[in-house]
Amino acid sequence: MIPKISFRNVSKSFPLKGGDFLALDRVDLDIADREFVTVVGPSGCGKSTLMSMAAGLTEPGTGDILLDGAPVAGPGPDRGVIFQQYALFPWLSVRKNVEFGLKLMNLPPDERKRRAEHAIELVGLSDFADALPKTLSGGMKQRCAIARAYAVDPQVLLMDEPFGALDALTRVQLQDQLLDTWSRERRTVMFITHDVDEAVYLANRVVVMAARPGRIHRVIDVDLPYPRTEEVRLSPEFSRIRNEVWHSVYHQAPAA
Amino acid sequence: MTAATVTEPSASPRRRRPRPGRTVVLNVAAVIAGLAVWTGLSVSGITGLTGPVEVVRRGAELIADGTLVTDVLASLRRVFTGFVLGTVLAIPVGFLMGWYATARALIEPYVQFFRTIPPLAIIPLAILLMGIGETPKVFVIFLAAFLSSVVSTFQGVLDVDRTLINAARVLGASDRTIFMKVVVPASTPFIIVGMRIGLGAAWGTLVAAELIAAQEGLGYRMQQAQLYYDLPTIFVGLISIGVLGLVMDRLLLLAERRLTGWQERR
Ligand SMILES: Nc1ncnc2c1ncn2[C@@H]1O[C@H](COP(=O)(O)OP(=O)(O)OP(=O)(O)O)[C@@H](O)[C@H]1O
Ligand SMILES: [Mg+2]
Repeated sequence: MIPKISFRNVSKSFPLKGGDFLALDRVDLDIADREFVTVVGPSGCGKSTLMSMAAGLTEPGTGDILLDGAPVAGPGPDRGVIFQQYALFPWLSVRKNVEFGLKLMNLPPDERKRRAEHAIELVGLSDFADALPKTLSGGMKQRCAIARAYAVDPQVLLMDEPFGALDALTRVQLQDQLLDTWSRERRTVMFITHDVDEAVYLANRVVVMAARPGRIHRVIDVDLPYPRTEEVRLSPEFSRIRNEVWHSVYHQAPAA
Repeated sequence: MTAATVTEPSASPRRRRPRPGRTVVLNVAAVIAGLAVWTGLSVSGITGLTGPVEVVRRGAELIADGTLVTDVLASLRRVFTGFVLGTVLAIPVGFLMGWYATARALIEPYVQFFRTIPPLAIIPLAILLMGIGETPKVFVIFLAAFLSSVVSTFQGVLDVDRTLINAARVLGASDRTIFMKVVVPASTPFIIVGMRIGLGAAWGTLVAAELIAAQEGLGYRMQQAQLYYDLPTIFVGLISIGVLGLVMDRLLLLAERRLTGWQERR
């Protein structure tokens, strides 16, 4: 089967004063349709760059990025992106934010309303649909951003440390909510995090990256059943995988 | 005028909110104290300084014979014409400069250069080129308003958060949509601040612009009064200019609150 997203021998360097800086070095990665992949790695290893290329916001230097087998050409509503900095339009209410992408699809108004409503309900923001972002807490802003991405019904969700700035409790709630939604309306998810627990808890597979130059260090399968519950989180198998991921993130052999 | 001190949207007075009742009481008290000091000074004999009573009397006279109304209307017409033309041009030019690097590179040297010249210094040139009618007066005011609001608009466009633009792009927005639905609203606070600064500049240029062979106007009236050592009239002119400027600034502030209430207050 054709993978949903595939990175084929992708390298990317940024021009710096002293010469080019190699941010990503020959990355090969296939993400299957409806797969949940998390990406962890040290700061600066190129996680955001990798995601931004899949989103079509950054051009790969060399190599190819394929979506359903065809090269990615720019951003599009088939890939929803959730940015680390929420990126809500502050002058629009929650509902209007969620409708932003729907308006661009030229849906009939009642269909648009219905889908916005559905997405807002999914993330539990119905009571705040008419609130402006400035009146929301960090977790609520993040949920609004998630609803905005869900509403246009993308086949792929690209999430860059979406829960990074949240407190532990909210984070766990949003993780469960995300998994819940994902199990009901399956999409392909590429989820960046620096939290090893989170990476293991959510994923089918954890991609561990290494820095200098940014590259894929290891890919670790997570053979744990869904739905993931507290039981799973506390199971010996979970801690075994968690330790394995931890080890490969924090005890990487220096690049040759 | 207050607008001249405003440099960025977050610096608006909305930020701190003392209890409104208390503020009004303090405001009124300050005005009364000011009038008392003024009266005191004029009574205790600084030579030639008129007191508030005399100024009010002169003001009533000028209103009664219609001079004040004529002057105010003439001045307002000039300020408005110059200000409206200036900002109406400044907004698209500012957008152009912020959005297209080429336009910026072409226009910015002129804007920066003319900004360093006080508008008043343009007056002699304006007279020689445009005669002594309304045109040079309005032109100088226009220039002042344009130059101060163009910079603010263009800075506002430059400062639009990249992630907001990216967020719109990944939802499928075209460049046109991004411009209309993201760049315009995101830079509105800057545009309004620019307009307030522009209005301050326009108003500040008025008196000098009316040096150019005017027949009426607050600035003209004050210059006439100066010739005849008529201090009460000068005071009436000053107070009128201050009050009108304040009212216009408040109106823009009101518009600002309506249009940019979505901003996070830090
Ligand atoms: N536009 C750019 N210009 C120059 N260098 C860049 C640019 N974007 C990223 N880089 C460099 O590429 C490297 C990878 O950046 P990236 O943001 O992808 O890292 P990351 O893995 O997401 O890090 P973090 O975990 O801190 O978010 C960094 O060293 C960064 O300095
Ligand atoms: Mg990053």
